[in-house]
Amino acid sequence: MAGAPSPENRPIAPHLSVWRWHVTMATSIIHRATGVGLYGAAIGLAIWLMAAAAGPESYVIVDTILSAWYGQVALYLIVAALAYHLANGIRHLVFDTGAGLTPADADTSAWFAIFFAVAAPIGMWALLTFGA
Amino acid sequence: MSNSERSMRTALGRVRHHGAAGEGTGHFIAQRVTSIALAILAPWFAVSAALSIRDASYLATIDFLSDPVNAVAVILLVAIGLYHMSIGMTEIILDYIGKPFTRIALLLLNTAVPLILAVGAIFAVMLVNFGV
Repeated sequence: MAGAPSPENRPIAPHLSVWRWHVTMATSIIHRATGVGLYGAAIGLAIWLMAAAAGPESYVIVDTILSAWYGQVALYLIVAALAYHLANGIRHLVFDTGAGLTPADADTSAWFAIFFAVAAPIGMWALLTFGA
Repeated sequence: MSNSERSMRTALGRVRHHGAAGEGTGHFIAQRVTSIALAILAPWFAVSAALSIRDASYLATIDFLSDPVNAVAVILLVAIGLYHMSIGMTEIILDYIGKPFTRIALLLLNTAVPLILAVGAIFAVMLVNFGV
């Protein structure tokens, strides 16, 4: 190991500040960010269920929050985060089989996941507004 | 897997592939298996709850949860979803938190919170259906 670089000269992990952004990198980070967001959403889901079981008086708090503008915005963002995490999660399940790993395929599926995250909450809004 | 002193395996051979957490293959597989279930349960819940509970009202919520199929699916969603998110958050904590005390504290919190919420939420769905 005579030619081994000293610790100071070894290559380091690509730091975000000096790394050119590309879409597959963004999908990885957004997957984590939406995962953390959905952690909050799942806590909300559990609170919603427990409030419903606690009775109408307790449920008023949940109803008030969900009906307010910030509750509606939160629900819209949760649908977007869920749609993204779902699409990108399926993308990763496909990756696990060894398929779709070429840069061109990975870029295409990455853009699809982002597109789905934008389209799904709009579709949900349209379904609730104009649908059955 | 023998870790006894009589083992012929070298110290390096014993620690390889075990990483910071000591294990991880089980989490890796559980993460993917739960994701397949959630890829069905989460979109189902988002669409059917949104269509059934349009005004976030107490009565509409109770009505939705009183349907046996909805109740079972919501219990599955909560149980599998909170397990999935706990695994995901464990991965994030192990990646980003270096301080041993903070890391252990967050890992404990990330074990306790989803467990308590899951038990609470499942009990809530049962109360709605069987409670007095």
